[in-house]
Amino acid sequence: MKSAQATVSKVLNYSCVDGPGNRLVVFLQGCNFNCRSCHNPHTIGLCNHCGDCVPACPHKALMLIDGKVDFVPHNCDQCDACLKACSINANPMVQIMSVESVLARLLEHHLMLDGITLSGGEATLQADFIVALFTAIKADARLRHLSCFIDSNGQLGRAAWQRLLPITDGVLLDIKAIDTQLHQALTGRPNQRVMQSLSTLHQARRLHELRYLVIPGFTDQPSEVQALAELVLSLDANIPVRLNAFQHHGVIGPAREWPKARQHDIQVIVQQLQQAGVREIITPAVYV
Amino acid sequence: MQSIQEKLQKIVCDQTLSPQQKARYLSLEAENMLPYPLLDTETTKAFATGVLCDLVEGHAPYKPRYVLPDYSVVLTQGSEYLELEAPVDLDEAINCLMIAYHHVPSVTGMPVYIGHLDQLLLPFCEGVTDDQLYRKIKLFWRYLDRTLPDAFMHANIGPQDNPVARAILRVDAELQQIAPNLTFCYDPDISSDAILKQATDNIIACSKPHIANHPLHQAAFDEKGYGIVSCYNALPVAGGAGTLVRLNLKEVALRSTSVTDFLTQKLPYYSGLCFRLIESRMGYLFEQSNFFDSFLVQEGWIDTQRFTAMYGIYGMAEAVNLLQDMQQSSGRYGHDAQANELGYQISQALAQLVGHTPVKHAWRGRAMLHSQAGISSDVDVTPGVRIPYGAEPDPVTHIQALLPHHRYYDSGISEILTLEETIKNNPQALFTLCKGALAAGFREFTANVDSNDLVRVTGYMVRLSDIALYNQQQGSRTNTTVLGAEAAAGTHILERKPRVVSHEISPSYG
Repeated sequence: MKSAQATVSKVLNYSCVDGPGNRLVVFLQGCNFNCRSCHNPHTIGLCNHCGDCVPACPHKALMLIDGKVDFVPHNCDQCDACLKACSINANPMVQIMSVESVLARLLEHHLMLDGITLSGGEATLQADFIVALFTAIKADARLRHLSCFIDSNGQLGRAAWQRLLPITDGVLLDIKAIDTQLHQALTGRPNQRVMQSLSTLHQARRLHELRYLVIPGFTDQPSEVQALAELVLSLDANIPVRLNAFQHHGVIGPAREWPKARQHDIQVIVQQLQQAGVREIITPAVYV
Repeated sequence: MQSIQEKLQKIVCDQTLSPQQKARYLSLEAENMLPYPLLDTETTKAFATGVLCDLVEGHAPYKPRYVLPDYSVVLTQGSEYLELEAPVDLDEAINCLMIAYHHVPSVTGMPVYIGHLDQLLLPFCEGVTDDQLYRKIKLFWRYLDRTLPDAFMHANIGPQDNPVARAILRVDAELQQIAPNLTFCYDPDISSDAILKQATDNIIACSKPHIANHPLHQAAFDEKGYGIVSCYNALPVAGGAGTLVRLNLKEVALRSTSVTDFLTQKLPYYSGLCFRLIESRMGYLFEQSNFFDSFLVQEGWIDTQRFTAMYGIYGMAEAVNLLQDMQQSSGRYGHDAQANELGYQISQALAQLVGHTPVKHAWRGRAMLHSQAGISSDVDVTPGVRIPYGAEPDPVTHIQALLPHHRYYDSGISEILTLEETIKNNPQALFTLCKGALAAGFREFTANVDSNDLVRVTGYMVRLSDIALYNQQQGSRTNTTVLGAEAAAGTHILERKPRVVSHEISPSYG
């Protein structure tokens, strides 16, 4: 049987911002949201092999072979010129990775890791791969100590979560907005499924933290923050809420004109959440 | 060219130096008016052209570069020379050490090793509460920083989890002093996870301690043990190092025509000259300087037989990249498997050269190989076997790339991992990284957590300077930054030398 494969945007051997401890992070390509504030928009689309990026590459790392864009990692200087040339927010540098190749990478570095996080894009769009990978990790005595996490936008349906949760140790759930109209405006989708995911993950004790992106003028409004607090309290006041500060790096389009979230903006929200009774709030270590 | 008198005059009247700093620079000038220990023409040439370097140790070595006294001697027997009785309680023990430090010379005149403090002080801690211990250590620590202001003065603790080690870690994080430097010796079979976690949490608080792989170091030394001193040099306790001479691998590569020429001709040739320089400096120290007539030897603090000679190397990254160019390979050191492999091959060759070459007066008759951290005059050459600054891969990849070097450098391999500030929210990540690196065979683990230029925000690296540039183009919201910068440029207010300095980093005046 051919093993499961994933379309991967990037792999990091080290991350201290994608779950507990040091984690290997696999960013899976493709997303079902289209967030205006996205910090990694080139992970949204899937390559249609139009070839626009090939002449844009100054290092001859991209070629068009038989109508397909071919990537030569050895030549790549990581200048990201191809990403700027892409009109559909895709990434010609994606690689196809098998479960075995991710396992090999984990085996190489496992002494220095607490776990693995599948992020994106939206990782759960490649749920078959996640199931195969996490099952294999838990079956390997050398890797069993690694915790398996998913960073998700919460659009996945309840039934699909039931497939993932038995082999998943924790989920970092992004919630873009509590008001569904605001959610629609920011992401292109309503948030009912996200709310459902939140409840599913909480009941299954797999919700590691709730992540909330503070965008001044949008998600920092008192009514919205109050709704966030009430949502948390309706489940458990101890759910960790991580506040991320909107910034401009990677952002494209009109959102670049939106103001960044400063330390002061975050502190105002921390106060409001604390007063409402939210107990665990994590704030950024660095503002850019 | 300025006359010697002009230079002395300049030192004496320097606006930025304290009287003590002036006295030290004056003494260095005086020492260097003496002729250099005898060298043959070839060695002199290699020395003059920068292939060899003595780290400006001075023309007349009248003291070993690093002295690691066995302080348990003075704590158990007292000292006849210093008219000290053996201490009976913790106050007396700390007081004895405070006196002892002022009689231990080194290349900088200041002690580089202040002892394996928990092992030394634990016998005096019976009946002492944790709070009393904390207060005494805090005063001791303040004393060290204020009276012996050298960033290379080094204390060791571990591997056992014990109240003294804990008090020291607590005080060190709290006071945030540059001095003393601190090493925690970690042994997975002895140290608890809790004490290692306290140590790695301290790294986040103050970029200290350095974590040494105790079982690996222990195996390289004998039952008397080792100490970590200065910038992560592992040396025999009750001894030290007579000299530290460095070979600039970049310069050796520049004089080579191919990888084969480098490995089979030039490296052995310049290595031979490096040994001549070592022999000449060791000879002067042991046969002419009369250093070993000291009470330190007579009372057994140090043993004449336990001084090694350090064979330091630097510029591995540049050497490998030059050799890669010679064989038309584009892979760069630290990033490419082939380039890294060439680096390991060079380290292995160096270890063999050092292992096979007898050195007179040296402990066990051999020098010890050391990956050296660099001094302020190094330009366009990377310290030791490090990956060039600004070109480092992520910490895990970084550790994996350097790991195979570590087995070869018995007297230490100075490597510093720079971690971005985001790790402050996730100390467990640093703990795992450290524990894993040591388990994999890293000889030492040192990390800096600071406001690094590179910051990972959501999984992608961003460069703060790029953002600063961007913000600048938008105009600055406040004017005070500009005023501050103008004041600094106009008045030299930032140029006064800090009270605590790294004397080894700037070993001469001007």
